[in-house]
Amino acid sequence: MSRATSVRPDGNAEHQDKIREIITPEGVALKVTLAQRGDRATAVLIDLVLLCIALVAGAISILFLSTLLGISRLGIILVILLIFALRNFYFMFFELKWQGQTPGKRKMGIKVIDRFGKPLTSEAIFARNIMREIELFLPIGVLFSGSATGVTGLMQFFAFVWAATLVCVPMFNRDNLRAGDLVAGTLVVREPKIILAKDMMEAGEAQQAEQGAAYVFTADQLNAYGIFELQTLETLLRNLSSEGAMKRLTAGRAIIKKINWPDPVTDRQMEDFLSCYYHALRKRLEGQLLMGKRKEDKFDTEKADT
Amino acid sequence: MAAVSSKSYQFRMARQDKWLQLEELVGKAEKGGIQSLTAAQVFELPHLYKAALSSLSVARAISLDRNVVDYLESLTARAYFLLYGHQRPVWEAFRRLMVFLLPNAVRSVRQELMVSVLVFFLGVIAAYVLVQKNPDWYFTFVDQSMAAGRQPGASADQLRATLYPKEGGTSSLDIFATSLFTHNARVGLMAFALGFALGVPTLWLLFGNGATLGAFLALFHSQGLLYELGGWLIIHGSTEILAILLCGAAGLAIARHYIFPGRLGRMESLALFGRQAALVAFGCITMFLVAGLLEGFARQLVTSDVVRYGVGLTFLALWGLYYLAGGRGQEEAVL
Repeated sequence: MSRATSVRPDGNAEHQDKIREIITPEGVALKVTLAQRGDRATAVLIDLVLLCIALVAGAISILFLSTLLGISRLGIILVILLIFALRNFYFMFFELKWQGQTPGKRKMGIKVIDRFGKPLTSEAIFARNIMREIELFLPIGVLFSGSATGVTGLMQFFAFVWAATLVCVPMFNRDNLRAGDLVAGTLVVREPKIILAKDMMEAGEAQQAEQGAAYVFTADQLNAYGIFELQTLETLLRNLSSEGAMKRLTAGRAIIKKINWPDPVTDRQMEDFLSCYYHALRKRLEGQLLMGKRKEDKFDTEKADT
Repeated sequence: MAAVSSKSYQFRMARQDKWLQLEELVGKAEKGGIQSLTAAQVFELPHLYKAALSSLSVARAISLDRNVVDYLESLTARAYFLLYGHQRPVWEAFRRLMVFLLPNAVRSVRQELMVSVLVFFLGVIAAYVLVQKNPDWYFTFVDQSMAAGRQPGASADQLRATLYPKEGGTSSLDIFATSLFTHNARVGLMAFALGFALGVPTLWLLFGNGATLGAFLALFHSQGLLYELGGWLIIHGSTEILAILLCGAAGLAIARHYIFPGRLGRMESLALFGRQAALVAFGCITMFLVAGLLEGFARQLVTSDVVRYGVGLTFLALWGLYYLAGGRGQEEAVL
């Protein structure tokens, strides 16, 4: 959890993503990105809308059928039972079936996992969704029903304040846990989807095999930068937009200045130059890595060899 | 060419076929469930996952290609979610909940249940004694709107009339619906929810509800209708009051394990015992449904006191049997 921000490969904007580590049973720490509160709220809203649609459609068809058969009283009972079943089992059913996802969560690309890296159990899914009853439906009930329900006056006010407090639990902890997550030991994370791109070395390898290295760099020139700069350069090289080309030019000029590259490099040659520099720099830094030296960035001169 | 290749490039070239194979399988299983894989593919999955996991560990150490490391992070996480996700069929999960998890969860809060029973009956006794001595206390414990004519000074006939369904009175459906979605179910859930406020409000709520009951008992006792009131209450009350008590116990369990986490971390303790408490609350929701049905229909149809007692006590015995004896056996080893 060293860096709280991460760079997405599709752009160079820094997202304020919260990264958490979970230890798999194999003992490897996996990084997962927390789902944002907004995404989770949207997912719940989508689910509630679907729930309402299912409810209305189910209720209308039951009432229609039962009136047709002349048993409308039984129909009303069935509708009450339908409401009960839907509001209690909708979330449970989908999270059990789709491995911690509901239609809303799937749409938003988030899912439920176990907070301690263990398998997600059905107990946890039941527990976190039963809590919805007091986090979601209880406040709605307290808000919309008058004192006729038995909870009156001051007591009703306190009930509302308390229900509102429970709703706000995700605002007050750094993992965005709601009360249901606290009780069930779960965490909601973003579904990871990163595509394996070509290795940036590949282009360089082919080129060098063909014509030999066009640009040869000295050790001093390669010592100018560290891993952070290397990976920033990688992001730049992978960015294929026209904006990216502009940025590469600027970056290329900066590198040429920094390493005192003697020969002139035209704008057209810049791509090749950067690719070669990336190639050489990565080889050098990885070589140092194998020897146990990790040069984090250009300011990290302590470990660089002289 | 091999001479100019970097180690990390060779490392990647040697392994990326397996990664892509894993990615394909994971993608397929994410779309269509693990059932959509063939037996051979399911067999391959853990091997590919472990290979990718070890690739990730190596890549973190030797590769400075950020895309490869990020990709492996993402791929292994997806495979991990799949392999360690929830694989039990939905109906099997619900069956296991009812047969095994629920009775065990209820037994795990038995100490808290004793406390909530104690507090509740303290409320009953306190209100009963106070109202018997001085009927002015009655409205301290019973809300005006809830009393609905059942108040000190009402004649025995007026009180009796509230105990039996009258012609053209409120329909049983209304009672069923309101009882299911409002007062008592909400009291129960509130008692559970207030457990998060370290349990004190839960105790207060239990005491208050016990007191309401005690005041009723005292009022009807003063008119010699205690036995009849008992029948009216017990037919659904045995289920409903037990559910409220269990909700209270679940709330207290959350408070207890948060305040005294023992050897675990506070959050871990909450997660471990909170699950049990939440399962108990789930059982209570089901009990409120049953209580609503009993109150709405059985009580309207059955006017004989003896049968009312019979039904109420039978349900109490059934719940007792279920929670005390249910799920005692070893859990079957099904995944």
